Amino acid sequence: QHVFMLFRQGKLRLQKWYVPLSDKERKKISRDLVQTILARKPKMCSFLEWRDLKIVYKRYASLYFCCAVEDQDNELITLEIIHRYVELLDKYFGSVCELDIIFNFEKAYFILDEFLLGGEAQETSKKNVLKAIEQADLLQEEAEAPRSVLEEIGLT
Amino acid sequence: MSPSVALQEMIRAIRSARTQCEERGVIQRECAAIRAQFRQADNGGRSHNLAKLLYVHMLGYPAHFGQMECVRMIASPHYSEKRVGYLGAMMLLDEKQDASLLITNSIKNDLSHSNQYVQSLALCTLACMGSAEMCRDLAPEIDRLLRGTNSYIKKKAALCAVHIVRKVQDLGELFAPAARSLLSEKNHGVLYGAVVLITELCAWNPETLELFRKTVPDLVQIMKGLVISGYSPEHDVAGVSDPFLQVRILRLLRILGRNNEAASDAMNDLLAQVATNTDSTKTVGNAVLYETVLTVLDIKSESGLRILAVNILGRFLLNNDRNIRYIAMTCLQKIVGTDHNAVQRHRGTIVDCLKDQDASVKRRALELSLALVSASNIRSMMKELLLFLSSCPPDLRAEAGSGIFNAAERYAPSQRWHIDTILHVLTTAGGDMRDETVPNLIQLITNASELHCYTVHKLYRALLTDISQQPLVQVACWCIGEYGDLLLRGECQETEPVQVTEDDVLDALETVLQSHMSSPATRAFALTATMKLSTRITDNVDRIRSIVSIYGSCIDVELQQRAVEYNALFKKYDHMRAAVLERMPVIERNSPGHTNGVSVGEAVKEIQPAEVKQGLLQQNANQVCDLLDLLGGSEEPVQPSLAQSSTAPGMSVNTASTAGGDLLDLLGGLEPTPHAPAPTLTAYEKHGVTLTLSCEKQSDSGLTVTLTASNSTDSDISSFTLQAAVPKSVQLHMKAPSGDSLPARGTAKVTQMVVVNNPNKVKLKMRLRISYTRQGSAFQDTVQIDSFPEVSTAGH
Repeated sequence: QHVFMLFRQGKLRLQKWYVPLSDKERKKISRDLVQTILARKPKMCSFLEWRDLKIVYKRYASLYFCCAVEDQDNELITLEIIHRYVELLDKYFGSVCELDIIFNFEKAYFILDEFLLGGEAQETSKKNVLKAIEQADLLQEEAEAPRSVLEEIGLT
Repeated sequence: MSPSVALQEMIRAIRSARTQCEERGVIQRECAAIRAQFRQADNGGRSHNLAKLLYVHMLGYPAHFGQMECVRMIASPHYSEKRVGYLGAMMLLDEKQDASLLITNSIKNDLSHSNQYVQSLALCTLACMGSAEMCRDLAPEIDRLLRGTNSYIKKKAALCAVHIVRKVQDLGELFAPAARSLLSEKNHGVLYGAVVLITELCAWNPETLELFRKTVPDLVQIMKGLVISGYSPEHDVAGVSDPFLQVRILRLLRILGRNNEAASDAMNDLLAQVATNTDSTKTVGNAVLYETVLTVLDIKSESGLRILAVNILGRFLLNNDRNIRYIAMTCLQKIVGTDHNAVQRHRGTIVDCLKDQDASVKRRALELSLALVSASNIRSMMKELLLFLSSCPPDLRAEAGSGIFNAAERYAPSQRWHIDTILHVLTTAGGDMRDETVPNLIQLITNASELHCYTVHKLYRALLTDISQQPLVQVACWCIGEYGDLLLRGECQETEPVQVTEDDVLDALETVLQSHMSSPATRAFALTATMKLSTRITDNVDRIRSIVSIYGSCIDVELQQRAVEYNALFKKYDHMRAAVLERMPVIERNSPGHTNGVSVGEAVKEIQPAEVKQGLLQQNANQVCDLLDLLGGSEEPVQPSLAQSSTAPGMSVNTASTAGGDLLDLLGGLEPTPHAPAPTLTAYEKHGVTLTLSCEKQSDSGLTVTLTASNSTDSDISSFTLQAAVPKSVQLHMKAPSGDSLPARGTAKVTQMVVVNNPNKVKLKMRLRISYTRQGSAFQDTVQIDSFPEVSTAGH
């Protein structure tokens, strides 16, 4: 897929691009997409065609999660991918709300990177993704913790 | 996981800014602080600073000064700094930036790091933004990782390989063997990655596709395991075990089974099983079913399976969830060509979806409904479609209107019905229709000679009610001009009699002439109609003369020209007036029932005489120029009108110009004649495949090229496809080919029409790519055509 975005009423909270585009182009596309999706009424279909891509979006509370996928991709399973990501966020933050995503945006990105790689899902088991994130976080804490004596003398 | 305090502070500060200006101030201050800190060589808070910068970037502010910092942080030995550094690289750098090359070395080192999480960071970044050079450099590393033992890394390496293959197709061969062996893994993540990789490899290289066909039994085995085996809590989603993997495997099976009998056979049982066993109450189940249906319809499956698939789609159509209905219609659209009858069964539901609130669903339903129209259901379908037209969103109107016209043309049960339908469309949505509907309708009317009376009455009434819809007004004016006497006679079997006096008619036409809503073309129609009435009516000829002479000083050049000519007709050529303004002859046209692609070309040729007239009426400068050229480039304004009015056959017009004799000859040629065979050119002849092309000129800038292919070898050719490219300013539209298989020894041919529009009159060149399969192997060839045979204007 090409891009994964989260936004609320005009403010982009997270965007991950899997195709090379200049900054200006990215801004233009995001603005365009956001406007198109915000114009949709609540009961409408979750899929729409935009340029030559298919857009799949879903609304959770006040946040819109949106993916741009290619023609051959299965739209229904993309909806599931979006749902799986939300579940992951929920499990990680414990009942996630928008503020969590705002203040811990880098964590949200890390989780996304554990779940999707190069635009495709990499791990289909929720448990494994969360485990990997936990381990990576531990590693980060160890790195940030005051260096131990052993490290200082170069044994670790 | 202690969140960075400084980062949170900053975020809070930014969010509390009340105006855009305040926010910008906060951000500028922060950026200045960050820049200062970047310049300092080594401090503990580097990762926090970069995180702050990334947040600022996400809000949309420029952050390119952070690129070098990203590069530095990636190279740092600390995991936390690496993590943020890689994140920054993915957000700020892309393959177009120069700085991205600098991280290639870091990535290379990190790919062999002892810690798998560092490795995974490197893989992730490479897969997200790796450029072609980076991919080429690092491909061997990735291959090595694919063959390693760590599942966590293997699955990531597989997806990284997918990205590499997308960027540099040649490297696909490097990964093929490793991908093959990955299929025997147990870990779902690795399996998933392997399947995606194989899908990608097969997409780019047909030989690899052949190679991987042998894996079909393995894939079938894996799927069976997923579908039948017990409940695995880890991968289960709402009762379906690992739907993501299932969908992916189905997609790969689809690619492997396409056009291949053996592979398709192997999959039949499995697909039937998946289709029947999957629970379809939740979206996941439906996702798997959808993929199964797509696969069944694409491979060479047996008919029972296809019927099962269409039934599943039918069930989807009845589902309450709008998404599912949309998907079902998209899928049905793809197969309506081949499995027409199966789709017909669901016509009722599809037509109901026309009334849905959602614009996407409406669009799909419209396309599908138009595809389902046939001779038997035309009346009911048309009723629904007309209802839809009156309430549909504006962007769908043009499509709906043209679709209705096509359908009406092909399946009209009677001419009266046809005329009624078109009139209905014009009254509801006339403004959105294309221009050629007017000449088409006029031609239709002249053909339906017994309905002239009825038609003119209806049109007159429509004209009285509303003169804003231009196409309708144009047709009405033309008809009143032609058949005004029938209108005035007052009685008509098919509609209620109404007394129309000559004054009423002239009033109506004058209203059109004077209204500000009428376009110049419409006014021209009205003026000509008024003129024609001068021979059809008896009392008010003077009134007509005065109307016509008023327009002799009109600002609009076209109107003025006509008015002057008509005045001349009154004054100098009064004896010819009756003959000149006689009824138009019935215009021949091709029988309906051709596919639209083919008939457009031919019908346009046949109605060229009418178009010549209509062309003048519609101020089609191109055709007017053509005509003037035909007349020998004469400058006198009297010529065009005489040409226009002398289409009545067998008439001798004693014109004042010496070109009169030529005129008659030329106009004799304008009558519909069976057109001479267009010049052909053999474009390509190799390996027994011959491709000829013939051109017909449709208008000054349009050309229809017909490509005919034949096969003189001893073996059949299948999947014959043509692709064409033309120079930049030229527009190209390829119609659907008549088929894609060429049986041996030239027993049947394949034709394809290509419509070319060359508005800038550049030298027309075309490059054709021919691809086909013969005796199991694929051939591809390219040929360039630099000179097109000289064509004459059709009907000449």
